[in-house]
Amino acid sequence: MNSYFVKRTGRAILTIWLVMTLTFGMIRLIPGGPIEMLRARLIRQGVDPSRIDAIVQTYKQDPTPVYVEYYEYVTSLLSGNMGQSFYYQEPVSALIVDALPWTVFVMVTATILLFVIAILLGALMAYHEGTAFDTAASSASILLSSIPFYVLAIGFVVVLSYQFGLFPARYRMSPGVEPGFTVQFLSNAIYHAALPIASVVLTQAGLQALAMRGNSIQVLGEDFVRVARLRGLSDRRIAVRYVGRNAILPMYTGFLTLIGFNIGGSVILEQVFTYPGIGYYMYQALINRDYALMMGVFLIITTTLVVSVYIADLTYGLIDPRVQSGGQSEAY
Amino acid sequence: MVKVKHTESDSTTSNEFEFGTTSSDVEVTTSERLRDIYEEFVYKPGLVAWDDRRTRIGSIILFAYVLIGTVGVWLYEAPATNQDPRSLQPFEQFFVAPLGTTGSGEDVLAMAIHATPAMLIMVLAGGVFATGFAVLIGTVAGYKGGATDRLLTTFSDIAMSIPGLPLIMVVAIILSPENPAVIGVIITINYWAGLARSIRSQVLAIREHSYVEASRTMGTGTTRIIVKDIIPNIMPYVLVNFANAARYVIFAAVGLYYLGVLPTSVSNWGIQLNNAYKQAGALSGGGTFYQLLVPMAFIMFIALAFILLAQGMDRVFNPRVRTRMAGESKSESDDDTDTAAPTEVMN
Repeated sequence: MNSYFVKRTGRAILTIWLVMTLTFGMIRLIPGGPIEMLRARLIRQGVDPSRIDAIVQTYKQDPTPVYVEYYEYVTSLLSGNMGQSFYYQEPVSALIVDALPWTVFVMVTATILLFVIAILLGALMAYHEGTAFDTAASSASILLSSIPFYVLAIGFVVVLSYQFGLFPARYRMSPGVEPGFTVQFLSNAIYHAALPIASVVLTQAGLQALAMRGNSIQVLGEDFVRVARLRGLSDRRIAVRYVGRNAILPMYTGFLTLIGFNIGGSVILEQVFTYPGIGYYMYQALINRDYALMMGVFLIITTTLVVSVYIADLTYGLIDPRVQSGGQSEAY
Repeated sequence: MVKVKHTESDSTTSNEFEFGTTSSDVEVTTSERLRDIYEEFVYKPGLVAWDDRRTRIGSIILFAYVLIGTVGVWLYEAPATNQDPRSLQPFEQFFVAPLGTTGSGEDVLAMAIHATPAMLIMVLAGGVFATGFAVLIGTVAGYKGGATDRLLTTFSDIAMSIPGLPLIMVVAIILSPENPAVIGVIITINYWAGLARSIRSQVLAIREHSYVEASRTMGTGTTRIIVKDIIPNIMPYVLVNFANAARYVIFAAVGLYYLGVLPTSVSNWGIQLNNAYKQAGALSGGGTFYQLLVPMAFIMFIALAFILLAQGMDRVFNPRVRTRMAGESKSESDDDTDTAAPTEVMN
């Protein structure tokens, strides 16, 4: 167990490093550097051509070879410095520290909420299998899952925000609201996050509910459940301890990977809601060729993904004692 | 299971049974093999799938899309700027533009119809690449074990850890692909990894089965064991995941077009969404909701088709999901221990 822990940790760190190197190289392949984008932006703003050249000149640096850039990036990263954003003219770490909590708040809340709904709904469907309720709930789940979350988000903004004015269409809080542990701030933040969260929950809960339903039905048919019934255990105990536990277990890994996946999906969601989280910055960085910011966001999302899979792998053995983690197999 | 059949092309081989030495005593002609593959992977699953209401509806919807993408494109005039009067409401002039026109006079329905063929190619290319690559990596890693397994598993773990959508966006900007097949492959550039991982864990159980062991002791080659003994076992699971991958390709492709990351020279539902959403945001808004609804409906129905197919096939093939009431009819309980492989849900 201990050597497995060390190995698994080593692999997580190796993965993060490899992904970082890969993205570092890949980002340099994107056509058009930050300078060209700046020039294009200035031209679009109608700035005088001679002034454009002067502005661009101040940003020009001597071209450094990629490996020197890489070395400098990695060394400064190790000391906690993620570089300076070219577009926003702010340290990348400051931007990320500002944006990350919002994205995590929206996506983690949404994922937890959708799993709670899915588990309850799935269990109910399994217990009432074959009834009209089951058919209706299954159909609704399938129908809702066929909508991409951003399509529902667009629909929400157009109908609920523009037409009826019920919810804010953009930004993470109203202007003038100060962050802090005040009722006003918290309710305002939730009010702004309601539509993004709802569009993720409604479109993703369905398939998870169907997975839960399938798991529960399978567990209900197992012999140990029959034995538990014969022993005269209460229905409640059977439902929670015997069926619920075994049906939820296979969904645990999926839960953690879905969190990471949704944080990646924030690129589209935050664009629809103009919600400045890390996905929003990722898009801005990509469009403006802001290398440092792009790297920073990539690293943060990758780390989130790696850490959630890592936690899933390490804790699965604790939650389900039948699986001993780190089993090795004979080679053929 | 050994079929001894003589056909004109392989009349030379005698059919003595020699255990252990050669891997294939029985030669089968290509046409026979094709027919076998058709029976095993198309006809039989098709027959089973047709029994289920969901797969039936899903197939019908999908067939409708194929019709739209082939015949529909040919019948219905392509969209062009100022082809019709501007900003027509749906049904306002039914025979000019049944579902209305955009602010620049393009037929909304024509835009949606002419986006279909590229979308179908993307879905096919992405689905084939994702499942094919996942099967290759998953089966080899699971069957070979040891160092090969460690190497391939690390490879797919790394691929899995790269944030999918941001990665696709960067690659899409670097390559700025126009060919829908290339777009499909780019979208599934790391989608295969999760699937490969769950295939591997299934193969780990399958490789301990006695018939696989028998093949191994007889000295059958790795490739042959994987193709003949292992892949048929995971085929249902692969088919279900093909449908899931297809849905993922649709969601991601439309999303990328919506963001404007992919070249906007072609027509796509995502581009339609983006244009309509921008207009709806303007103060004039309100009356342009139909321009959103048409592409939304096109996206939803094709996604619905794939979900229905995936759910239906899962129910038919997978003993886990088979209901208690359907009874013990013919549920061969041979692999009821596929570890932790819930339907991979990624959208």
